[in-house]
Amino acid sequence: MNAGAENGATVARQPAPFAPPKSVRLKVEQASYAYSATDRSAPKFTLGPVSFEAQQRELVAILGPNASGKSTLLKLLAGMIKPLSGRVEVDGTEVSELELRTRAQQIALVSQESELLFPLRVWEYVLQGRYPYGKRLRFESDEDCLMAGNALAQVGADALRDRWMEQLSGGEKQRVILARALAQQPSLLLLDEPTQHLDIGGKVELLRRLRRLADENRYTVVVVTHELNLAAEFSDRIALLHKGKCLRIGEPAEVYQQDVLEEVFEAPLEVEMRSSGRPRVILRGSH
Amino acid sequence: MRPLTPKRILAICGLLATILFVAVVVSLRVGAYPISMRDIVITLFNGAIGRGDTSEFNQVIFGLRLPRIALGILVGASLSTSGAGFQALLRNPLADPYVLGVSSGAALGAMLSLIIAPHTVGAIQLAAFIGAAATIAAVYFLGRRGGQLDSATLLLAGIVAASFLSAIIIFLLTLVNGPGLRSMTFWLMGDLTAPPPTQNVLGWFGFLYFVFAVAAGAMYTTSSDLNLILTGEQEAGHLGVNVTRVKLVVYVAASVLTGLAVSVSGAIGYVGLLVPHVMRMLFGTDYRLLIPTSAIGGAIVIVLADTLGRTIVAPTELPVGAMTALAGAPVFIYLMRRRIR
Repeated sequence: MNAGAENGATVARQPAPFAPPKSVRLKVEQASYAYSATDRSAPKFTLGPVSFEAQQRELVAILGPNASGKSTLLKLLAGMIKPLSGRVEVDGTEVSELELRTRAQQIALVSQESELLFPLRVWEYVLQGRYPYGKRLRFESDEDCLMAGNALAQVGADALRDRWMEQLSGGEKQRVILARALAQQPSLLLLDEPTQHLDIGGKVELLRRLRRLADENRYTVVVVTHELNLAAEFSDRIALLHKGKCLRIGEPAEVYQQDVLEEVFEAPLEVEMRSSGRPRVILRGSH
Repeated sequence: MRPLTPKRILAICGLLATILFVAVVVSLRVGAYPISMRDIVITLFNGAIGRGDTSEFNQVIFGLRLPRIALGILVGASLSTSGAGFQALLRNPLADPYVLGVSSGAALGAMLSLIIAPHTVGAIQLAAFIGAAATIAAVYFLGRRGGQLDSATLLLAGIVAASFLSAIIIFLLTLVNGPGLRSMTFWLMGDLTAPPPTQNVLGWFGFLYFVFAVAAGAMYTTSSDLNLILTGEQEAGHLGVNVTRVKLVVYVAASVLTGLAVSVSGAIGYVGLLVPHVMRMLFGTDYRLLIPTSAIGGAIVIVLADTLGRTIVAPTELPVGAMTALAGAPVFIYLMRRRIR
């Protein structure tokens, strides 16, 4: 085990003494949502109903073309929007009913990066992840610093702690944003297209890291992504969305059916089954 | 990793308070009628123990300079704190009550109250607050493009609002030239020469400082939330910040502070922009430190600017707003160019 992983053990929540090795963490029951321009007008976009469950240490990927409802589903999971019907529960509690800071202690959302208004050091940024645990003016305690330091170590960004955020490369910034989410000590980690600005090496490294974090820290990780092969390689479960409907949910081999993928992504695709039991998608040649 | 502690805030504020004290002493000493340190100490001592003192020093210090300094501290602290608040609220580093037209809105409100209810104590402050709050709300909605707050559009909306409201002020002053309505220079440039409206000078300043303490204190309670809002409103929401509540508190508090300053000193420009930026460069961007340092820094700047304004061309005076604009406008251009690049 490397140093980062050792430190990571401190960040992870300690398991309850008699907790079963796996239990349902995230439960989505017939959840649906509709966007309208106004309260009275007809909905412009409808999602659902979607149902699935995810356990501790599981990595779930949400796949689908643009405007298929991926981000809406992620917002439902994060409790940012209340489902029109159905329920989204984390550890047995409906997420949209959680008090804001309690929710931030349970769910961390890594969204696409936003522009910083004023320069900020990496450690200051990561310490923001401790906000849900503070009181009143929220002066950070020694424990907060320890947790932030551990979170940085877990993503291999220890050496970056005194750098300015604006000086980081795309991959470095992504790791620091992830570290801030880890500093929240969540049980559910949600990521919205985290691989968007990364090269292929960065994408593989990030997914590998998420897989390890889920295993070591007992997180449930949900990733919205366009990366079909990386999702097949690293996830336990995949939800495939198309035009606001959830077409398939299950293990990668169950979901990756050639006809379904071709219909959803409107491209000539071929699915190969590898010896590991995980599928691989390739673009069919025109000749 | 060295997080901010209350001890560090106290140390830095203590240092700035010392500088403010020196600025106050300098301001008491210099002017068209210079007073020695010894005479200042004796006069202040006599005043403090209530001993009757009919010397000229007593008249100059208690009748002229001290009220002006007390007003300068209040105005500088209010404008800087509200500038820091507007910068976070609108997520725009160039936001400032003067540039956004909020000061002009407050000035118009204050003027209208002087026309309608000239003898009601406190009415002018309330009217200035309403003027400030209405202007920032209008600028906020005019500054939106496609549902999003756009930095450049917001500033343009502010500049247009400022010139439009200034034109109404000039129009009104030309039409209604009643006594006690104060001059055009006062409303458009700002100065600290307006006498207290009542005989009870201590009570008057007590009222002004109480309003300042409540509004600045309310804003300070949101300072750690503002740190997160600066990295993005949605992200702050994910981290547990009640963004709507925080924005409402800052909106009301910053409007009260602008209204308070403008009601007693007119529209003094650029302090709300200049001071928070200098404090950020010196002490970092954490609002838990930025709000108190901006308040004290603003007080220092106004006291010094006013002292300079009444000494460099003595026996005539330059309004304090002219002094702050001389220093602030180049800084605004520098910040704008740095941002465009």
